[in-house]
Amino acid sequence: MLGDTQGRLPARTFIPLTAPNPHKLPSRIAKDDEHLLVAAAKKGDISAFEELVNRYEKKIFRVTMNITRNQEDAEDAMQDAFMKAYSHLKDFSGDSRFYTWLVRIAANEALMRLRKRRPNVMSLDEPVEGEEDLMPRELQDWGPSPLQRFAQTEMKEILTTAIDALEPDFRTVFVLRDVEELSTEETSKALGISVPAVKSRLLRARLKLREKLDRYFRQGGQN
Amino acid sequence: MKKLSDYLDGELEPAVALDLDRHLSGCKECTLIVNQTKLTVEIFCNAEMVELPEPVRARLHEALRRKLGLGSQA
Repeated sequence: MLGDTQGRLPARTFIPLTAPNPHKLPSRIAKDDEHLLVAAAKKGDISAFEELVNRYEKKIFRVTMNITRNQEDAEDAMQDAFMKAYSHLKDFSGDSRFYTWLVRIAANEALMRLRKRRPNVMSLDEPVEGEEDLMPRELQDWGPSPLQRFAQTEMKEILTTAIDALEPDFRTVFVLRDVEELSTEETSKALGISVPAVKSRLLRARLKLREKLDRYFRQGGQN
Repeated sequence: MKKLSDYLDGELEPAVALDLDRHLSGCKECTLIVNQTKLTVEIFCNAEMVELPEPVRARLHEALRRKLGLGSQA
């Protein structure tokens, strides 16, 4: 029924792992001239850094907001992330995309504020519980076009509720890995946790979000 | 289930992915899980859930102007 690739995620995910960087320059995130702007900013061209800020401010706010789920903290984290990026620009080696480097700084700023607000919340590298609870129960088809059953505002509310309800350690990995398109290794470095921990959290996050959407999408019920 | 994420990301070894493909072709339950999980990721990736409010953006540029000397026209 399913072909080789039918069930898998598109585009960026099909690049073989043997390629130098499976996540290199996804078109959704980075633009081709990014390295030129970074080089100019490193030489002291303030307008080049300003262009980088203009380019990434919305995405960086999305990162900090998705991690903290608190606008005040997200704003502070975003401001400090750009300040730190500017003052540490000379340390940016260019081994990764500038955007990835910036996301790492922003994620750390956001996590710091999240931990301050909820000190016991992050335990990212602890061993994961058994896998036996992962299998979804009572599966039901979502029908051919589940999204079309909801107005845009209603859909946004559903997604916000779902991501809000996700535990912060799962949410953070999901945000960096799936939304911001960091690779597993980049996510691991950004959070200071092991690759298996990233993979485990990502799987759980995806399944938990699926389960939350299932309540709305399963045919015959909208709640 | 442990291999689901790797499968969706195309990170499984080809032989394992092929085994999983074969399994999926005959297992309605697993196919539902794979397709629904894939759709879930796509929905969240494509959703514009967070907007940058204009006052927040203005304060960012003001802070950058004040502390780093960036222009305030942005």
